[in-house]
Amino acid sequence: MSGRVLVGVKRVIDYAVKIRVKPDNTGVVTDGVKHSMNPFCEIAVEEAVKLKEKKLIKEVVAVSCGPQQSQETIRTALAMGADRGIHVDVSGKDYENLGPLQVSKILAALAKQEDAQLILLGKQAIDDDCNQTGQMTAALLDWPQGTFASEVSLEGDKINLVREIDGGLEHIKINTPAVITADLRLNTPRYATLPNIMKAKKKKIVTVKPADLGVDVTSRLEVLKVEEPPQRQAGRV
Amino acid sequence: MLLRKVSQSSALCSTVLRLPAVLTGGQRQAAVVFVGQNGRLYASQAAEAVLEKPAAVGSDAATKVEKKTAAAAESKSFAFNIFKGQITTSQVFPFPQVLNEEQEQFLRELVGPCSKFFEEVNDPAKNDALEKVEDHTMEGLKEMGAFGMQVPADLGGVGLSNTQYARLVEIVGSHDLGVGITLGAHQSIGFKGILLFGNKAQKEKYLPKLASGEHIAAFCLTEPASGSDAASIKTVAVQSPCGKYFTLNGSKIWISNGGLAEIFTVFAKTPMKDPKTGEMKDKITAFIVERSFGGVTHGPPEKKMGIKASNTAEVYFDNVRVPAECVLGEIGGGFKVAMNILNNGRFGMAAALSGTMKNVIAKAVDHAANRTQFGNKIHNYGAIQEKVARMTMLQYVAESMAYMISGNMDSGATDFQIEAAISKIFASEAAWFVTDESIQVMGGMGFMKDAGIERVMRDLRIFRIFEGTNDILRLFVALNGFQNAGNQLKSLQKALKSPISNASVLAGEITKRAKRLTVKAIEQFGGVIEELLIKHGKKIIDEQFILKRVADCAIDIYAMVVVLSRASRALSEGHTSAQHEKLLCETWCTEAHDRVTHEIKSLHSSESRKLFSNMRAISAAVVENGGVVAAHPLGF
Repeated sequence: MSGRVLVGVKRVIDYAVKIRVKPDNTGVVTDGVKHSMNPFCEIAVEEAVKLKEKKLIKEVVAVSCGPQQSQETIRTALAMGADRGIHVDVSGKDYENLGPLQVSKILAALAKQEDAQLILLGKQAIDDDCNQTGQMTAALLDWPQGTFASEVSLEGDKINLVREIDGGLEHIKINTPAVITADLRLNTPRYATLPNIMKAKKKKIVTVKPADLGVDVTSRLEVLKVEEPPQRQAGRV
Repeated sequence: MLLRKVSQSSALCSTVLRLPAVLTGGQRQAAVVFVGQNGRLYASQAAEAVLEKPAAVGSDAATKVEKKTAAAAESKSFAFNIFKGQITTSQVFPFPQVLNEEQEQFLRELVGPCSKFFEEVNDPAKNDALEKVEDHTMEGLKEMGAFGMQVPADLGGVGLSNTQYARLVEIVGSHDLGVGITLGAHQSIGFKGILLFGNKAQKEKYLPKLASGEHIAAFCLTEPASGSDAASIKTVAVQSPCGKYFTLNGSKIWISNGGLAEIFTVFAKTPMKDPKTGEMKDKITAFIVERSFGGVTHGPPEKKMGIKASNTAEVYFDNVRVPAECVLGEIGGGFKVAMNILNNGRFGMAAALSGTMKNVIAKAVDHAANRTQFGNKIHNYGAIQEKVARMTMLQYVAESMAYMISGNMDSGATDFQIEAAISKIFASEAAWFVTDESIQVMGGMGFMKDAGIERVMRDLRIFRIFEGTNDILRLFVALNGFQNAGNQLKSLQKALKSPISNASVLAGEITKRAKRLTVKAIEQFGGVIEELLIKHGKKIIDEQFILKRVADCAIDIYAMVVVLSRASRALSEGHTSAQHEKLLCETWCTEAHDRVTHEIKSLHSSESRKLFSNMRAISAAVVENGGVVAAHPLGF
């Protein structure tokens, strides 16, 4: 087993920002808006780093798909303890149309290239709330999946997982290699300290293009319109 | 620091000024300064007659007159030069941008985690109630690396430049000034001396543990009888006959981190033999004192109005044996060390306070935008609009000053002391006003603990007092400026700058009106300075009523130029907020110009002289009576 974990991290609009729809209704305003790492991705990174600290895995590789600024998100993962980063460069229209299907194809290709033993992702991103990437990636690789994980423990070449589901908690045991998606209660992500951010500057980030991985990022979906939710009407008693 | 070597030109003589010891420091024999005549077209023979040849000054200060072959070095400091009516732009235009791409990217990465920590982990209300920084918060700050932000990376710190440090300190200031002072007392002044004056051995020995926060540092200057008059300290350090150690005795009060620190930068009088005269003199020396040397104790934490989370205590030194290797800088050079440390850290205060103001303005505006009274949201009313506008302008100016100065410092400027003093005065008074107005906008809510603003108000009060009271700093600004104005003993022609050439220096700056007002203000200022020098000569140092007003003008002028520079840059770089910044700049400059003009007028007038003497008389009577003198309206 390579002992290598791939962690996907997505750059999203910060959770505290007030979202505004663009006047042309094609999307939301992203220019000049504060962005940060998707909170569930933070939890995934934290879990990966914890596994490394327990010496259960050997290397944590942070991956992000997007434009140049995605490198900032990778750097945050490096500051939290990831060892190196891979930036899959997607920008412009391709980036606007980038969705779970394309990302999962990219992750699957990278998992094979990097000989990953485990892929850790957040359960969903707070911008699109798709909750699909983990599941699709596992399907493309034909790997078992442990989604909505609130507890993860490695036992030899198997993984014990507790999943948060509608009915309560589900305990499962899956083989490796596998895809795990992190839910809220899996852990509390550490704060990137200033000295760790400094050390992260020395860690490597490699940039690749989707074409290099044999992935076609054209979207099968077309966004027709984005609009604000209807104004709340006063209630009636 | 204020001993000036001045050339004696045949055409012009010089006036001797003796500056008060608080400003010149402990170098008793060097407490003399020369002020020469500023050259202007209308300088007359009569004016020359007012000047005297240098006179020997007796008693406790010896006159030092030295002839120099070359003229005194020109200062590039903007504030220095306005006292001559000159606009020296190298440090103010364009607005400094000193971070290279790598430094900027690094800083961006730091801002997120730093803000997050203060939003999620630090609890300012708790810290205030407990009167200490919570233990887990202290641990978190240490892990964050917050205790060694400016220590070089190879000694365990984060290695930030002044500008980067300012940006992070702004975050601290906007959340919790109590924590800000704990961190600032430790690194901005506590061990800054080691960074600035320490030798290699001292740096390697002390900085790593200070950077990690394992050891906390404190700056020990103030004593019960020596606050502003720092040169009069009585703590003594006597060198052993073998020369290997000093014995330190004395007590310091109101020392931030006094109860927590392991490493103290202590200032004490060391009896020394004057090499020339052979007499024993007391000069101040700076020492690095470790608590582990033994004999160092501290009192209980002081109960304060604000910054309660910061530990303030008396520190006692009882026959403490300090090895000679712990002398910081030169023996007898301690006053210079102290002044440099304080000077070096001042920009940090302006940065922190601009963060505080931002936070407080946001709270006020949030209230104003949501509170409905008399059928409208209150931000629609003129009374509130004026408050919000004034708060915004003050924050804009303070922020601009902070980053201009940190930018100048990072670019290698060494003569920024007037600007640094101005920024401390301005930012502390602006923050007080802004927070006060914020409470006013919020009404009763602002007065309540839960809103979090009353705590900020209490925390802010000390900023006008410590690190050099604003009153002393005003004297410093005025007298430094006077001294420099007179120093330039160049020919009349060269010292003269025509109004046109001043204006052309600012040509290309887009905000024309503001530029025009600024130039006018500076020229009037230069004129009144010369007038005052001619009129008062050496006695100007005692005219504190005048000095305060001169300083206020200098502050307003520097403020005008700083926003002019920043707004111009915003316009030329097409920032999204450029038009708004232009509005701030023009509004500020219009009002500042009016203030300066009014002040200068009063400095010219004889009426104000009457007012000053009235005030002297009132003060004398009240002091003598131990309280108000006027009989009660009821007669009893």
